[in-house]
Amino acid sequence: MLKLILAVILIPLAGAMINGLFCWKTKRKAHLIAVPAIAIPAVISLVLFWKVAHGQRFDGTFYWWISVGNFRIPIGFLLDELSAVMIVTVTFVATWIHIYSIGYMDHETDRGYAKYFCYLNFFVFFMLTLVLANNYLLMFVGWEGVGLCSYLLIGYWYEKASAANAGMKAFITNRVGDFGFMIALFLLYKHLGSLIYHDVFASAHELTLPLATLITLLLFMGATGKSAQIPLYVWLPDAMEGPTPVSSLIHAATMVTAGVYMVARSHVLYNLAPFAMEVVASIGAATAMFAASMALVNNDLKRVLAYSTVSQLGYMFVGVGVGAYAAGVFHLFTHAFFKGLMFLCAGSVMHALHGELDMQKMGGLYNKMKITAITFIIGALAISGVPPLAGFWSKDSILHHAFVSGHKIIWFVGTVTAAMTAFYMFRLIFLTFFGEPRDKHIYEIAHENPPVMTIPLMVLAFFSATVGLLALLPGGGFEGFLNRLFEAAHHGAEHAAHGGHEAGGAAVLILISVLVAFMGIGLAYAMYMKHTPDPKKLTERFRPIYTLLYNRYYVDELYFALFINPTVGISRHVLWKIVDVLIIDGIVNGVARLCSLVGNLIRKIHTGFIPDYAWAILVGIIIVCGLKIIF
Amino acid sequence: MIPVSWIFALSVLVFATGALGVLIRKNAIVMFLCIELMLNGANIFFVGVSKMRGAAEGHIFVLFMMAIAAAEAAIGMAIITAFYRRKGGVEVDRADLMKW
Repeated sequence: MLKLILAVILIPLAGAMINGLFCWKTKRKAHLIAVPAIAIPAVISLVLFWKVAHGQRFDGTFYWWISVGNFRIPIGFLLDELSAVMIVTVTFVATWIHIYSIGYMDHETDRGYAKYFCYLNFFVFFMLTLVLANNYLLMFVGWEGVGLCSYLLIGYWYEKASAANAGMKAFITNRVGDFGFMIALFLLYKHLGSLIYHDVFASAHELTLPLATLITLLLFMGATGKSAQIPLYVWLPDAMEGPTPVSSLIHAATMVTAGVYMVARSHVLYNLAPFAMEVVASIGAATAMFAASMALVNNDLKRVLAYSTVSQLGYMFVGVGVGAYAAGVFHLFTHAFFKGLMFLCAGSVMHALHGELDMQKMGGLYNKMKITAITFIIGALAISGVPPLAGFWSKDSILHHAFVSGHKIIWFVGTVTAAMTAFYMFRLIFLTFFGEPRDKHIYEIAHENPPVMTIPLMVLAFFSATVGLLALLPGGGFEGFLNRLFEAAHHGAEHAAHGGHEAGGAAVLILISVLVAFMGIGLAYAMYMKHTPDPKKLTERFRPIYTLLYNRYYVDELYFALFINPTVGISRHVLWKIVDVLIIDGIVNGVARLCSLVGNLIRKIHTGFIPDYAWAILVGIIIVCGLKIIF
Repeated sequence: MIPVSWIFALSVLVFATGALGVLIRKNAIVMFLCIELMLNGANIFFVGVSKMRGAAEGHIFVLFMMAIAAAEAAIGMAIITAFYRRKGGVEVDRADLMKW
């Protein structure tokens, strides 16, 4: 089992190394290495998943990485239900995105093409490290590694200032969250003496309530950075500067879900801290609604999807926050398929239109790009929660658990958000694929993409439509499988296990969420196909709200005013002009000046006249001999 | 038979003369001669000690030192000649490049 796990992790690394070190050799053939380097681990992941499904688990050390006194950290791996689901999701979605990239990146230069695949493989390597680690420190290595790859890929077109800045923004915002994550690790080590999951969870009950709350909140701070929650979500919309398959893989399907994974992995700790769980659920719900509201008016194809991702991540945090870890991870799993799919569709549109992203210039593209349009609609139906597609099962499960665990407000927010989700998704579809072409030139150049791009779309669309049915498998379905892990550690507090049997109540909840989804779709149809009510008139009527939403609540401006400008100001006027120039340079130059001064004084001894030196030698000899004689 | 102390006295006298000459004269050739005097003062000392102890090592040392002095004289005169050509004189205060 260890060998298989190592193979899953190391094959992508090998792929990255080959393309990274020999990019001058692989050039246009980089994908011949990169795609198998993900496809083989995907197959192995399925084997591992099958083994886990049959009750096997693995928790073992490959070798001791750090061993200093009592501080021992292994390179060790943990394969259980949770990590098995994660590796299958990551490798499977990544495989199709790699294949899609072959078509999407074909305009790149030879060197850039290999570099792109190198980064992509490298990312998968770190993501697998993150989910397979058996201790927090190794998870943190993966955590930082995916952040690095995200930075590299957002800034892939680094000649563009906006791309380079977006990369920096993502990286720095994540650092804020990582700060909390690291403090949490320090506290865990200080109070429990280990960072290995097994030891931490076994002794977690020794933590006092305030301490457990503090640690879990700090861990969640890390998750808000990585998974783009309030207040650190600002980097994700800007991350759309990267190539679209990257947005699909990293900023929709996998990396951004790392925070959800981490909270689910730390479920033992979170169960000890009810207050922290309330915070997680509340922040999740707030983010879901907040981000969805910004998606309502945005005209940038990819940014709408980005806000949608933030919003869906909020749902996942609601799930894990109300104690329904399995539901949260289930949504993570289904979301990886349909959001990955929708980003690839957006990339397909963008590729066909030579980089155009403004929805207002599109329209009627259904006639030109049937496969892209249909697969996108499947993805949108899935995210809107239309049965029996994937998103219906997972989103409904989260809302159901929120309701039965007594979080009525969160349930309400989630339901409203579901309607908003359906609305903005179908607004996007109607503006892009239907109606009259609004820009003749763009309509002219539109064309369907080659099979290397459309086949991944079709595969992911198939899974977006069907993975939700896993919920119907015997033994509690997908969530029952995960609950083998979560419930082992978690007795009693699982409200859902009892609530789930109230079939009547559950049916009403399902009916409501389906209804709101159709309401959202219907409203989008009325506004953008029938123009009753006309969106333009609505915009005029609600001008202040529209402006607020369109400018994204001015959060970026607020952060600039509160944090960035003061930091830059202090750096420039205090740290640079005073600390650096006056103090640090002063010390360095002062030392040099002192040496120079002393030298100037002492060099007067050197007259340059030989007799003077001869005298000095004589006097010296006399003194030395005199001392010898006296003592 | 000359007492050894006389030989030592002569040696010190010759050496001191040489040392004084190096210290107070400015003419490089004279200083050079004085250095030879100092060497010879030391030679006399060696011979005296050798005679006093009835051993031959001192004599052998003196022979070596005379050979070295001869070689040194050749190099020293060459340096002084070159110095004269460059500076137009042999006074050592003309060599002031190393002065601060």
